[in-house]
Amino acid sequence: MNLALKDIRHNFGRFALTAIGIGLLLMLVMGMGGIYRGLVDDATLLVNRINADLWVVQKNTRGPFAEISRIPANTEDRVRAVPEVASSDDFVSHTIQREQAGRPLRMTVQGLSWPQDKGEWLPLIAGRRLAQAHYEMIADKSLGLSLGTRMALGKDTYTVVGITRNMASTAGDSMVFVTLADSQAIQYDQSGEAVRLEREARKTRASEFDPGRVQPEILNRAVGPSSGIPALGPPPVSAVVVKIMPGADLAHVAAAIASWPDVSVYTADAQRQLLVGGMVDKSRRQLGLFRGLLIIVSAIIMALILYTLTLDKIHDIAVLKLMGARNMVVINLILQQAVLLGAIGYGIAYLAGQWVFPVFPRRVLIVNEDLWLLAGIVLAISVLASLLGIWRAMKVQPNEVIS
Amino acid sequence: MVGTQDTLAVEAFGLTKVYGSGNTEVQALRGVDLSLARGEVIALLGPSGAGKSTLLTIVGLVNPPTAGRIRMAGKPVVEDGRFTVDVRSFRRQHMGFVFQKANLIPFLTARENVQVAMEINGHSPRRAKHGATELLDYLGVADRADHYPNMLSGGQQQRVAVARALANQPSLILADEPTAALDSVRGRQVMDLFRKVAHERQAGVIVVTHDHRALDLFDRALEMEDGLIRGKPAVAP
Repeated sequence: MNLALKDIRHNFGRFALTAIGIGLLLMLVMGMGGIYRGLVDDATLLVNRINADLWVVQKNTRGPFAEISRIPANTEDRVRAVPEVASSDDFVSHTIQREQAGRPLRMTVQGLSWPQDKGEWLPLIAGRRLAQAHYEMIADKSLGLSLGTRMALGKDTYTVVGITRNMASTAGDSMVFVTLADSQAIQYDQSGEAVRLEREARKTRASEFDPGRVQPEILNRAVGPSSGIPALGPPPVSAVVVKIMPGADLAHVAAAIASWPDVSVYTADAQRQLLVGGMVDKSRRQLGLFRGLLIIVSAIIMALILYTLTLDKIHDIAVLKLMGARNMVVINLILQQAVLLGAIGYGIAYLAGQWVFPVFPRRVLIVNEDLWLLAGIVLAISVLASLLGIWRAMKVQPNEVIS
Repeated sequence: MVGTQDTLAVEAFGLTKVYGSGNTEVQALRGVDLSLARGEVIALLGPSGAGKSTLLTIVGLVNPPTAGRIRMAGKPVVEDGRFTVDVRSFRRQHMGFVFQKANLIPFLTARENVQVAMEINGHSPRRAKHGATELLDYLGVADRADHYPNMLSGGQQQRVAVARALANQPSLILADEPTAALDSVRGRQVMDLFRKVAHERQAGVIVVTHDHRALDLFDRALEMEDGLIRGKPAVAP
């Protein structure tokens, strides 16, 4: 006869409520682990998805994620000329916050190197990849934008043509993908008045120098579009991502580019280290500590619950001992209930998490490795928590029934 | 009643029990001799503090005496105030207990309360269930077998408790004021039950009681006072 199950059967309501309570507590532990994983995964998501061999950034910066990096757009061409480089692409990424349908919409705009990159590497769940050089975007599902949604960004209106998922920036903001040119247009958008003022300022500066005074054409150019002035280069980019040829020596190529005095070079692994070790390190450690505390709190609460459940049965345990029951009968009664409580609580945590975690604003990433680890921890907690009850039960003397 | 070692349920010599020491020393038992045959029912009478419950816990192998020896089931179980057997194992094989309150396990049905005592003693669940059903039938509460203790009357609960005490065919049943919580009619029914099981199942029964109205149902009545069995054990009227 399984006394643990008999007791649960008789006190099912109390056991169920206790299991739900422990389940919700374990869901918090599970969720905290998921948030931790999500944070780290989000931080390295782009680096992993872009899958570049090298990242070329502004000299002495840890860009483009850990800090701002600006390098000339023509760096891409210089890099491509390096032996054993297979491809190089500009990388532009910036975060904006706009209003859409009356609600704030925060997103990171990522530029794709059209036409070679149309977003083939993005996991689409609806729609298609970019099909034209301008005014189309692929948006992450979490932004809540549907296919065909039109959104004004800068002076242009963009149409959502594809929906992707689980694409978040290192800061956890949902991403949209447009062509590189559109990305820069959005990033460097200026109001008409700002453009007019800049042109007037250029005209004033030009008229104060001799060439401007003697060459009217220079003054005409100064008040025209920036793109019409050869002296003004295109907007800078954040970084250049590089792929090397198969079999090429990565260190050799990196050393060649790093020897240039205006850029720094990081491998993909180094970039991940910068993100995990620096950018999200504090958040990661804070979540880790909080998770540890939650596990300790769960263990204490479970121990108290099991101790109370044992106290409720202490007289019955004395009766069992008087009848000659072996210690294992009593230990099994407490231990089996503890493990069952932990197991059911874990199941409730998992199932409830499936419903609740997707609603969280930031990604909660539950991986099998963490699930197994938590299962082991719950088992250990259940056993440890039952020790207090077992200790109390072992102290009970059968003569307590007689007296 | 005198019997051979095989027919004796319990035999105790010179049992003493001392609690505390020095100024706080209390002698609960002062050299008690006791002999009980299988099939015999005796009443243990006496005022509070006379040592009845102490004697019960010592004979029940719950507490060791300070001095004295006890034989049960044909072998020594206490020598010089020390247990010489695995008391828990011995209790589950040879003894049954009934208390003032039935002390049934509340999360088990009547049948399961009896069944668990048999399973603890190594019976298979199937055999234990069958045995429990038979015992409940024997004690007239078979129709309540699947009820929980809180669904039974006081008398029914005591009958289930007696069934549990009989589960492993004990040679000795110890009952501590088993009728205190019952009215006189039901109390007498329970006492009669002890007489019945003692005679039919050849178990020795010691009943601690204050109820003098049912003394006619006992083979003997022993009066305890100040840790001694007073006078020569007398046969009840």
